[in-house]
Amino acid sequence: MPVTQAPITPTYADSSAGPPVLQLSGISKRFNGIHALNDVGLTIRAGEVMALIGENGAGKSTMVKTLTGIYQPDAGSILLDGKPVVLKSPQEAMQAGITAVHQETVMFDELSVAENIYVGRQPTRAGGRIDWRRIEQEAEALFARLEVALPVRARVKDLSVAQRHFVEIARALSQEARVVIMDEPTAALSQREIRELYRIIAQLKAAGTAVIFISHKFDEIFEVADRYTVLRDGRFVADGALSAITEAELVALMVGRAVNDAYPKAQAEIGGPLLEVDRLCHPTEFDQVSFTLRRGEILGFYGLVGAGRSEVMQAIFGMTPGVTGSVRLEGKPVAISTPSQAIAHGIAYVPEDRQHHGAHLTMPIQQNISLPILAKIGFFLRGHRARETQIARHFAEQLELKASHLTQHVSELSGGNQQKVVLGKWLATDPKVIILDEPTKGIDIGSKAAVHRFISELVTRGLSVILVSSELPEVLGLADRVVVMQHGRVRRVFERGEATPEIVVAAASGIELESAQQEENAA
Amino acid sequence: MKSLFQREPLLALMIVVLVLAVGLKAPVFLSAPSLANLVTDSTLLVMLALAQMLVVVTRGVDLSVAANLALSGMVAAMLASRHPEAPLFAVVLMAVVTGLVLGLVNGWLIGYLGLPPIVITLGTMSVYRGLVFVLSGGTWVSAHQMPADFIAFPLTRLFGLPHLVWIAAAAFALFLFIARFTRFGRDLFAIGNAPQCAGYIGIPTARRLLWTYGLSGLVAGLCGYLWVARYAVAYTEVAYGFEFTVIAACVIGGVSIAGGVGSVTGALLGALFLTVIGNALPVLQVSPFWQSALTGLVILAAVLVNARGGRKGSRQILPLHRNQLEPATH
Repeated sequence: MPVTQAPITPTYADSSAGPPVLQLSGISKRFNGIHALNDVGLTIRAGEVMALIGENGAGKSTMVKTLTGIYQPDAGSILLDGKPVVLKSPQEAMQAGITAVHQETVMFDELSVAENIYVGRQPTRAGGRIDWRRIEQEAEALFARLEVALPVRARVKDLSVAQRHFVEIARALSQEARVVIMDEPTAALSQREIRELYRIIAQLKAAGTAVIFISHKFDEIFEVADRYTVLRDGRFVADGALSAITEAELVALMVGRAVNDAYPKAQAEIGGPLLEVDRLCHPTEFDQVSFTLRRGEILGFYGLVGAGRSEVMQAIFGMTPGVTGSVRLEGKPVAISTPSQAIAHGIAYVPEDRQHHGAHLTMPIQQNISLPILAKIGFFLRGHRARETQIARHFAEQLELKASHLTQHVSELSGGNQQKVVLGKWLATDPKVIILDEPTKGIDIGSKAAVHRFISELVTRGLSVILVSSELPEVLGLADRVVVMQHGRVRRVFERGEATPEIVVAAASGIELESAQQEENAA
Repeated sequence: MKSLFQREPLLALMIVVLVLAVGLKAPVFLSAPSLANLVTDSTLLVMLALAQMLVVVTRGVDLSVAANLALSGMVAAMLASRHPEAPLFAVVLMAVVTGLVLGLVNGWLIGYLGLPPIVITLGTMSVYRGLVFVLSGGTWVSAHQMPADFIAFPLTRLFGLPHLVWIAAAAFALFLFIARFTRFGRDLFAIGNAPQCAGYIGIPTARRLLWTYGLSGLVAGLCGYLWVARYAVAYTEVAYGFEFTVIAACVIGGVSIAGGVGSVTGALLGALFLTVIGNALPVLQVSPFWQSALTGLVILAAVLVNARGGRKGSRQILPLHRNQLEPATH
């Protein structure tokens, strides 16, 4: 199947839906000099569902935050119903009629469903007395309109995720929202709830509301949306009608052709199996996960958010109770039920969320690095300070850590440098296996390169690395093999040569992409 | 809303049982004068707990209430003793305004400068308490220095009940209305539930906090007058440490220190409960030293009940991955 790769310009022409509700043009947003959005345009019409498509880091969330007033764009214009608007705050965005339904919802757990819809703008009677009866009646009317049965007096904390979405949609309706943004609304929903959501989306459409639908699941996109806009690396790539494009073509637009070769892949000799994981199961998070990590190998783990990759790694590291299956290290079965046992066996896990799990932000750099190895340094021995400084300096140099001195608090460092401190901390434990969970998430490009270089060098020192990442180029650029997970299961394992962006994304999304694969093989 | 109120009947029942149990051992406790005394004794704690409840609901705390009470009370007492001709109304107004201003200072620092309530009110607590000493020079204002109407007002009876009880009842009704039927009150719950989200939907958090602490100060000011008038003495250590009793009453009444949860009725019942314990122990000839230990145990029990109640049903269990998977894989 031929895939056009000519640069496509925004066309905005082919829809039968109403007039444009929202027109964005030339939107740019930079963070620390790095473009998160670069000259992006987007048009959506009344009564239309637009799928916003892109990989992790393509700029979708920045786009949503710009539309909902959380970020202000550095350049570009937003036209709502043809009139330019400036959205200085989330409140202004809501008043302008742009609302978002997403996972980190604007919800007040202890308040009732009805109150959540009207909080901050409760109708009052004379004398400023809140009119509860009207609030509840109007909430009931909204749910009746949505054909959803929801007790308006229930507290939101007792609701399911889907029901919370419905409350937000009801709030959007009550504000006569022109544009409703749904950011991965189906992520935590059951099939039945997803069907109900689709029905409500159809209702919104029929009522002339414009819906921006963000999802990684192609089956959903094709089922729900009319048109698509693809972003890649913060840039507009293409838009058009979904009826005129195939899944394979969309995947190609999403990942682009050029895999960045800026990945310094150090060659290490790959030896025999080091870590063998056999049929690891968890009641809810993952199922029958088996893989082998060889000596000197970087094993990439790719999947959509929620595929269960981090959960598997945490289970291996002894953080999750109730896991069945077996783990063998250097051929010998090991039972790991606490992180300290994992560390003793030579496994290090660098978690995804630095702020919460990785670094001790209010402690100096050198104490962070020495924390897991205090016993080795000798806590009460004289000269332990000097030893600590020496070890910290060693890793700081290797990682090109940018800090004024080693007693600086980690909280004062940039995200990238914080990550380097966390890496240094775990390397100081002298592990055999190091598991890196999203090691470059949220750090700037310069620091990323240093972290990448460092990861690829790790294996030359005899370490084996498991690299969990949602950034495709990173996985493809660094990993010797790529394990693709979907819905808590291992879907495919690719050798370095055979993993192309298209087939990896397809596997992670559960799409059969035979034609594209054959094309690759033929090429 | 229903589950919010489930703890209150329970607490009310416990108070009744406690009163009856004490009465069984010492029948004098159940006599009409004794019970009337109990209610009168509870009034100041009730009013302070009501105001504190709104503060705690916003995820805050006002540790300065007792010091504010002492300072406002001292201001009123000194004014009345130096100017016996001043009308009582003016004296009370003076106490209320003093309390309000002191509260607004807290509210401004916490709301507009975004400083942590516990630190700010801990600081102002010491400042206000110190100011009582500075103002009075460490001397007492005793009963004989106060005008007769100044002392008489709190316990003067109106339709058979002391003014104190009427004022507390009015405060209860007012706070009930604020918490349930005003945007101001509802916004406080929203702020306590999710401060960031409250900003998103346009709740003026800083302004709300300013007036929440202002209200707490106002009530402390009023109670300052009532306290020194009722006990007919004003000195530096008036109500020393009373802020913890006030907070304890809130916690026992089911107000969550984590914010967002609490009811006016709960705060009332918590204050009544503590007053019953405080009045019962002397009747039962229990050493007063036991009183604080018992109060502490009750607080711990209340927190335990809160924690368990909060956990139930608060988390929706996510659907199994596998369940989600079935239809997708065919």
